[in-house]
Amino acid sequence: MSARFDQKISETLADPRLQLAIYTATGRLMSHRKAVVSEDALPEYQELRTQASAIKRHTIENLDWYLEEFERNVIAHGGHVHWCRTATDVADVVLGIAKQRGARLIVKSKSMTTEEVDLNERLSHHGLESVETDLGEYILQLMHQTPYHIVAPALHLTRQDVAKVFEDSLGVPHDIVIENQTLTARGVLREKFLNADIGISGANFLIADSGAVTIVENEGNARLSTSAPQVHIAIAGIEKLIPRAQDLATFLKLLARSATGQPLSVYTSFLSGPRKPGEVDGPTEFHVVLLDGGRTKLLADAEKRESLHCIRCGACLNHCPVYRKIGGHSFPWVYSGPIGAIITPQFHGLDSEPALPFASTLCGACAEVCPVKIDIPKILLELRAEVRDVEKQNADGQLERAAFRAFAYLAVRPKLWSRVLAFGRRLPVWPLGPAGAWFSERELPVPAARSFRELWKERQGR
Amino acid sequence: MNHREAILADVRRGLGRNGEPPPSPPAARIVRPQVPRAARVESMLQKVIALAGTAVHLRTGEEARRFVAALTGGQSAIASNALVLREYGITTLPGVRSGVTEEAELRGLCATASFGISSADYALSDTGSLVMLASPAEARLISLLPPVHIAVVPVDRLLSGLDELFTLLPLPAEQTSSMVFITGPSRTADIEQILVRGVHGPGEVHVVIVGE
Repeated sequence: MSARFDQKISETLADPRLQLAIYTATGRLMSHRKAVVSEDALPEYQELRTQASAIKRHTIENLDWYLEEFERNVIAHGGHVHWCRTATDVADVVLGIAKQRGARLIVKSKSMTTEEVDLNERLSHHGLESVETDLGEYILQLMHQTPYHIVAPALHLTRQDVAKVFEDSLGVPHDIVIENQTLTARGVLREKFLNADIGISGANFLIADSGAVTIVENEGNARLSTSAPQVHIAIAGIEKLIPRAQDLATFLKLLARSATGQPLSVYTSFLSGPRKPGEVDGPTEFHVVLLDGGRTKLLADAEKRESLHCIRCGACLNHCPVYRKIGGHSFPWVYSGPIGAIITPQFHGLDSEPALPFASTLCGACAEVCPVKIDIPKILLELRAEVRDVEKQNADGQLERAAFRAFAYLAVRPKLWSRVLAFGRRLPVWPLGPAGAWFSERELPVPAARSFRELWKERQGR
Repeated sequence: MNHREAILADVRRGLGRNGEPPPSPPAARIVRPQVPRAARVESMLQKVIALAGTAVHLRTGEEARRFVAALTGGQSAIASNALVLREYGITTLPGVRSGVTEEAELRGLCATASFGISSADYALSDTGSLVMLASPAEARLISLLPPVHIAVVPVDRLLSGLDELFTLLPLPAEQTSSMVFITGPSRTADIEQILVRGVHGPGEVHVVIVGE
């Protein structure tokens, strides 16, 4: 385990306020979800999951076809498509469009893909102001932090934290009333929306037969970012494709329910190009940026390819007993929780954090709630095996292999086995060294005075 | 080789494909429940109210005009160019501006008006959603910038839900550059999971269903 991972986990576990915040927020999201996917509320829930999973599998397995179809349709409706390999490429595309338009101010709606490529940072290096407009993301941008959760980015912050950062950054009086804080952000960001040259969004889905992007949100900031400025740029990973607009009748019923427990989010936008003749408002330029960013490498792995089916609802985070203890910032990359544990090593290599696939109890809750049925525990096990293979090559893990050799030796020698065990039971339990950390959160059961085998023998002898 | 070609080549290599057409995708799952009009109206009213909006069902355009007049009380309002609003006499109510075709003027009005009044192309009665297709008749900012949104919807536009919508509009992009579903007032729970309405969009949504 890297020192960073270890330290972040320790800090999170040692912070009772943070523990409570994570536990409460994820617990609330869990119960909201449960209420809207129940047999009474949505009898077709399992059928929808099966359908969504089949559609995603089909699309990913024929992705080249759907990417080209999508591109043709975007162009047919007067939009532009940009293909990017890396984060730098994405920034270059945005900078190129900004330069052409003489743009200075960009409003941005929430997008995990742009977090992946650290877009705001890159744009600000070139003198562009890029403002996050989702309330949580805006607060995080002022605090120079990354999202704590895929759908609840600021769940680790309190109203006091927000009062302080608004006072320091915006010069407004200290105010801990959440309604007032929201109004303050509304006021500041309203000006930005009305003056922005470019709006940047992510995409929840790319629709091949329509050349459209679908964006799901509650605040209206994504609608404003994609309606008020003259230019709209949508940035999305290539895996976001689905074949048909009609497939939304499946996916939209699952996404908001799984994420926040809403049958539909407040705003669902289906955007397919610049404004048409006669329309009074809306962007006059429409761009879609398609990002590879490691996805093609993952596609080649047939066993783990389904990692790309994810629709980023965040349900696996909420239901994960590990995420609920160690939180979002312990994870090494922008994606946290079970989905982060499987995609981070596949995008960045196993050595980015070799302990990540092991940060799971394999309880299976993530797979059970996944709206597209990704078998996350199976992929975690495959990644664990890969980590072990690498360790074997590096001659690491010698101690573990020695331990298993000793076990194998003892296990086939019953007399020696019982003598060793009898001796072991008399040893005092002193959790030392690395074991100390484990036992700081747990109690070791005291070994029974006599083993089952001894008791059995005695009983037989009676 | 440019990025486009390189990415597509990598995708094909990874998948073992040669660019041949894929097998047919699984059939889209479209299930249209038969819901009588009265039940649609009832469901729409209930769902919008549950979302903390208000919703009424009125018999005539004249009733709708009086209802909207009482809501706005002569305060500033920007109305879309939807035909029904003119038909019902809503565009000529005191304080209401309509027929705006110039962008800067529209933005200015939307940014200052107390009310935005639109119609909706459809409504989804199982979720209480308004379906807005951007067009010369329906600008986007009217349902977005003012703090209160009033949507006047003829009763025959009430659909059962998403499945019926995507049956009527299998390819929405053929008709509009922007289709938006609005389900209740703008909201957030980003700070301590406390629900606050009216973050960036309207904090109040009133749905007026018109017709027998």
